[in-house]
Amino acid sequence: MSSAAAHVQPISAVKTGSRAWRRFCRHRLALFGVAAILLMVLASVVGPSLIPFDSLKIDIRHRFAPPPFEGHLFGTDPLGRDLLVRLLMAGRISLSIGFAAMIVSTAFGTLIGVAAGYYGGAIRVALMRFVDAMLCFPQIFLLLVLAAFIQPSVVTLTLIIAASSWMEVARVVEGQVRSLRERDFILAAEMLGASGRYVMFRELLPNAIGPIIVAATLTIARAVLLEAYVSFLGYGIQPPMASWGNMLNNAQQYLGSAPWLAIFPGLMITLAVSSFNFVGDGLRDALDARFDLH
Amino acid sequence: MANFLLGRLLQSLVLLLIVSVIGFAVLHLAPGGPLAQFALIPGLSKEDLAHMAHEMGLDRPLPVQYWEWLTRLLGGDWGHSYRDNRPVLAVITGRLPATLELMGAAILISVLIGVWIGVMAAIRRYSIFDMLATIGAMVALSIPTFWFGLIVIYIFSVHLGWLPPGNRTTVGGDGSFLDYLHHLIAPAVVLALVEVAIWSRYMRASMLDVINQDFVRTARAKGLPERTVLWHHALRNALLPMIALAGVEIPTLLGGALVAETVFTWPGMGRLLLDSLGYRDYPVVMGILMFSALLALLGNLLADLFAAVADPRVRLA
Amino acid sequence: MQDTLTPVQNALPANRVAAAETVLDVQDLSVTFATEHGPLVAVREVSFTLRAGETLALVGESGSGKSVTSLAIMRLTPPAPRVKLGGRVLFTDGNGGTRDLLALEADAMRQVRGNEISMIFQEPMTSLNPVHRIGDQIAEAVTSHHRVSARAALTRAAELLDQVGIPDARRRLSAYPHQLSGGMRQRVMIAMALACNPRVLIADEPTTALDVTVQAQILELLKDLQVATGMAVIFVTHNLGVVAEIADRVMVMYAGAIVERGDVVPVMTRPLMPYTQGLLHSVPRIDPDALGREPLEAIPGSVPDPMRPPPGCAFAPRCRHAEPACEAAVPVLEEADGERQVRCRRWREIDEVRP
Repeated sequence: MSSAAAHVQPISAVKTGSRAWRRFCRHRLALFGVAAILLMVLASVVGPSLIPFDSLKIDIRHRFAPPPFEGHLFGTDPLGRDLLVRLLMAGRISLSIGFAAMIVSTAFGTLIGVAAGYYGGAIRVALMRFVDAMLCFPQIFLLLVLAAFIQPSVVTLTLIIAASSWMEVARVVEGQVRSLRERDFILAAEMLGASGRYVMFRELLPNAIGPIIVAATLTIARAVLLEAYVSFLGYGIQPPMASWGNMLNNAQQYLGSAPWLAIFPGLMITLAVSSFNFVGDGLRDALDARFDLH
Repeated sequence: MANFLLGRLLQSLVLLLIVSVIGFAVLHLAPGGPLAQFALIPGLSKEDLAHMAHEMGLDRPLPVQYWEWLTRLLGGDWGHSYRDNRPVLAVITGRLPATLELMGAAILISVLIGVWIGVMAAIRRYSIFDMLATIGAMVALSIPTFWFGLIVIYIFSVHLGWLPPGNRTTVGGDGSFLDYLHHLIAPAVVLALVEVAIWSRYMRASMLDVINQDFVRTARAKGLPERTVLWHHALRNALLPMIALAGVEIPTLLGGALVAETVFTWPGMGRLLLDSLGYRDYPVVMGILMFSALLALLGNLLADLFAAVADPRVRLA
Repeated sequence: MQDTLTPVQNALPANRVAAAETVLDVQDLSVTFATEHGPLVAVREVSFTLRAGETLALVGESGSGKSVTSLAIMRLTPPAPRVKLGGRVLFTDGNGGTRDLLALEADAMRQVRGNEISMIFQEPMTSLNPVHRIGDQIAEAVTSHHRVSARAALTRAAELLDQVGIPDARRRLSAYPHQLSGGMRQRVMIAMALACNPRVLIADEPTTALDVTVQAQILELLKDLQVATGMAVIFVTHNLGVVAEIADRVMVMYAGAIVERGDVVPVMTRPLMPYTQGLLHSVPRIDPDALGREPLEAIPGSVPDPMRPPPGCAFAPRCRHAEPACEAAVPVLEEADGERQVRCRRWREIDEVRP
């Protein structure tokens, strides 16, 4: 072989991990989403202590103050309470519920999905038909009815929202597990005598993590939105506790006179939900590249 | 094709069964169960309640109750409204047309606009249009429908006075078709927002899939104008999966319709649900829940059938 | 646009008379892709001529640039700025006029495509639109270039189906692609390509995806059609057996450039370029003389990275005859004896040493 072989260099191998990171970074929207979420979480947690107004203090003399009246950056509500502080306090509720509901629905959905994907056959058919049947009910209808029947506290509301959101996760997980099931490393594990539970949770699950994370992120978005819907319609978080949804309910009747009461809560919801959606989308793109063979 | 039909029908029946079980389970979640309304009436003694329970068959084993409930449902007896004692089915079907009109208008708007946006975004991939379409879709999916509705009312009714703030007809108005349309626009557009986002994204993905396929290259190699290649060859294939999507979207549309009806005081089934919940008119509530699930099932079935007929590979398998 | 369609037989005289006429004259064709790692030259200054009625085989491994060359001639490569085309492709049409296809307006090129120059592809299973009937797809090739009624176009389509050997042609017009086998679909593709009596047919590995027996049938069909219509054929392939069967002349491509060219029999019996020699030696021979005698020689190494081509001869790193001079500069395509061209600095010495 001649020395010219040195000129023929192999294409440099790029580590898949760093590739995923680069793709994510290129996804500026996702970065924006992360920043927005961090900002909102920080603001909700720390903000109320920094703002000179108390969320519960009623100040009738300064009710309906338009922004930015006398330090009330976002104005005041019909009872004179500062809107910004209430928005941030409401953010605590709405975001926590969203997050908690995501945990529950993702856990449950993953369980169903892994079981269905692993066992296959009649079990899979039964479980997936159950998922399909649940999806026949409009989410909001189901939510409302459940919320009306079970007097909602923060905990029960979280559970109810989770009960209407787990199906998407189950579908995604089932698909992923089903395709992984036939791979050689699973057959190898089984031949070595691994039990079903071991295969499911130690082999299949870790390899399906990518799509699960994406689905979970998008579930938070959905959950925050659902909480807003339910609270807006009056069956979610009850006053005086504030959530972005029920703040909008109150704002409805003052639309003409004090529109800021409706605009800001809605903006917060939109910002939060789109941020989670952007992040989920970015994660999906980044993790897709994970299995690229360069 | 016949095999496909049979399989699909069977699947729907199984789903029907499971849906009914879920519905029955939800029914029994009501506080006090099916006896709820009566439990609130003061002056009813324990014996009276027990007597009612017996009459309604509530002391029998659950599976038996389920069976009786199911057979009654299938027979058309959906119970009677607590409010005015009218048959639940009649109450629901009375309000159904309004909701269907809203959904229909929204579907029309969203399919036309969504498909166009999706196709354009796919053809001009990575262009500014595509970027805006993608971001726009994601934001549209994040906007709470009721908030969007309030904004629309604020801008177009309160400020500009172009559109009425709600209702299906103008009180004391001429009841003409134009007046009706005037009232329909705002809620239909609001309902369509989310759908446009969904359709445009799916359409884009489907179109991108098709554009890269061999037969599109063949069409170009034949010397066909690009316009024909895209709209006559590519689109026809890209639209196929969209037909089935229509069926899947029905529950979403129903949910959105409820919100739109609330914000715009549109007299449809969704608002009926809310009103009934407020009045604790549980037979109607359960009725609407079951009815929407059935509607979704039926819609799904029809959409799948239509999709199969439209694809010669399935139709002439 | 022609106003009337000449049936296949009438096309005969025009193509046959100018038997030695040059139909396609490719001059320094180059194709450069813009990738995220920099420009990628897929085809480097390829030049060749194609005469009426002849079959030119374009041979090479995957990545040699042969498919890209054929796509570039048809201008089916992705549009600029992703892809840059250089050089000239002079096409002489039926009326004797010569135009540079690369310089044509999009609309004018569209008129040439499928009409005067046609192309068939490798995958018959996916190359037809699944939701349109095959009769309509063939008729479309006609109506987009000629002003004829839909009825006449369908009649032509039936005629073509008959010509390509599909039985019960009239009834088959209403069939959908999925109702036909792979071999039948490729025949339909050929029918579509022939619809407007093209002067040139570019066949990009049309038999690679087919069973061996079907392969033979399609090749037979192509040969017969060529004799009947007098069209010129560029046959892109990596299968030397096919080349031997149907080609008049052969062009070997390596790393985007032509490395050997000539009439098929001399090139295949006495290849001058080491790469061509390697290709021929790596074809398993089943004749009893060679059995057990000659070991199967593989060409060591692999095709160079198109992003980082070697400074000299592209084949040098894998060539056992390579010298330092070979790696210093790219050899030119020089005339060898007879109608031959080789891109090798040492071809004469190598040839002399041959048994």
